Amino acid sequence: MHSKRYITIERIFKSGFINFGRNIWLAIAAIAMMATTLTILLFAVISSATFNHTISGLTSHIDVSIYLKDSVTDDQRSQLISQLHKVDNVQSVTYISKSQALKNYEAANSTNTDLLAAISETDNPLPASLTIKPKDPDKLQPIRDYISRPAIQALQSDPSNDSGDRRKAVDNITRATHFFQQAGVVGIILFMIISMLIIFNTIRMAIFNRRDELVIMRLLGASTAYIRGPFVVETMTYGVVAAAVSLLICWGIFKVASHTLQASTLGLLDIKYADQFFSSHLVKILTLQLLVGILIGAVSSYVATRRYLKFHR
Amino acid sequence: MILLDRVTKSYNRKGDALERVSLHVEPKEFVIIVGPSGAGKSTLFKLLTCEEKPTSGKIIVGGIDYDKLKDKDVPLLRRKIGVVFQDFKLLTNKTVYENVAFALEIAGIPGDEIKHTVPRVLEVVGLTGKEGNYPLELSGGERQRVAIARAIVRQPKILIADEPTGNLDPKHAWDVIKVLEKVNRFGTTVLLTTHNQEIVNALKRRVVTIKDGKIVSDRAVGQYKAS
Repeated sequence: MHSKRYITIERIFKSGFINFGRNIWLAIAAIAMMATTLTILLFAVISSATFNHTISGLTSHIDVSIYLKDSVTDDQRSQLISQLHKVDNVQSVTYISKSQALKNYEAANSTNTDLLAAISETDNPLPASLTIKPKDPDKLQPIRDYISRPAIQALQSDPSNDSGDRRKAVDNITRATHFFQQAGVVGIILFMIISMLIIFNTIRMAIFNRRDELVIMRLLGASTAYIRGPFVVETMTYGVVAAAVSLLICWGIFKVASHTLQASTLGLLDIKYADQFFSSHLVKILTLQLLVGILIGAVSSYVATRRYLKFHR
Repeated sequence: MILLDRVTKSYNRKGDALERVSLHVEPKEFVIIVGPSGAGKSTLFKLLTCEEKPTSGKIIVGGIDYDKLKDKDVPLLRRKIGVVFQDFKLLTNKTVYENVAFALEIAGIPGDEIKHTVPRVLEVVGLTGKEGNYPLELSGGERQRVAIARAIVRQPKILIADEPTGNLDPKHAWDVIKVLEKVNRFGTTVLLTTHNQEIVNALKRRVVTIKDGKIVSDRAVGQYKAS
């Protein structure tokens, strides 16, 4: 013997699903709307992640190099390295010896025989260097301050090397990164608000079309939960289907058009990463899509039914 | 028992829809309410089903004082009163069977009992075979009978029927009246409005006449002459 409450809950779900089937065109319209907004939202999230990935790829290459005079002894060098390690924000210090620098140079210019010939004729002109990788590429100042001390400058073959154009470029990149990260967050929030309003309005219109139904149920003595329940179930189903559709669309786009997409970004964004991000976060994305879809559906129908559920006119 | 004590309902300043109406209906009574359109019959019914609140006066139905009725208890009250609305108020996206079953579903009646009761009530109103049809596929008279089936399926203590014969040919009108009499014999209080002079006079029941929002006559075995 089932309890009354159980019977009621079962009936609410059942009639929610039946209504879904009977109002299939309305459902398709609402789902199309929800799927579109969820898809755009998903794209916003993925492109923001991809952009951040691209930026972090760029910033990880930001480092400070100092070129050592040939006269610097091994002792002086290892002392300098250990001192550098103590400076704020230093992650690693890599030493590149004169012979290593030459090998690197030769490898980089292996096709240019003229340059290689010029190099080999003279005694290795390339200086040894230290590459200092910062923990946070935004805060290069302590490192710069340290290496511009006169005692340290005395060891360098060309003290001006770390400043100038390169420094400007680094500053520009970090500034751009911040701007785009913030713009991305603001954009996603703004878009979420707009899409919620659109979905809410779609569902409100759908319920407006069926307001007589609500009023009749009320007159027959149905409780608020019993009237509202099936609508909430129905719109939550919209959310579930819309989430699945939007995920399929995204998956399809990455599978079919990733080459075209890659070309269209002019190499600025790494679409392979976007695809990878999408695949590796699939469960998270699906959960998020479902939650957003179900939540928007439920809240919209809850609010939209309220005005038709008055007891007295 | 239905008790109205000096009930007034006004919608605007132009005049009252009901003016100091007092009415007392005993349990198991069969009362016909007559009067021209706009006299206030529908307003009276809306007050009884709690669809409207009186501007002043007291309403007590089945021991429930409407002044003390909380909003959340309104559904419970409505489940005790069967109503046949003038405009049917059927759910267009539900079948005949589902419309009738709906009245039981909202009261939390188990499915087995619904499956047992609904066909019997549909048989009483002569709609066997139309279970799967939607209201828009039915004639006016058939819709009327669905509305009646839905109102009586819960075996309410009080049945309010607003012009249930309005759209019916004489034969079907009498079928409906016979159903109402049958329900009344089983112990349900029936309030009926009708314009059908012939039916009123043949029933030989209490007739309350309302005009311009006031009760102008109340006779134990009333006669009615439509003007």
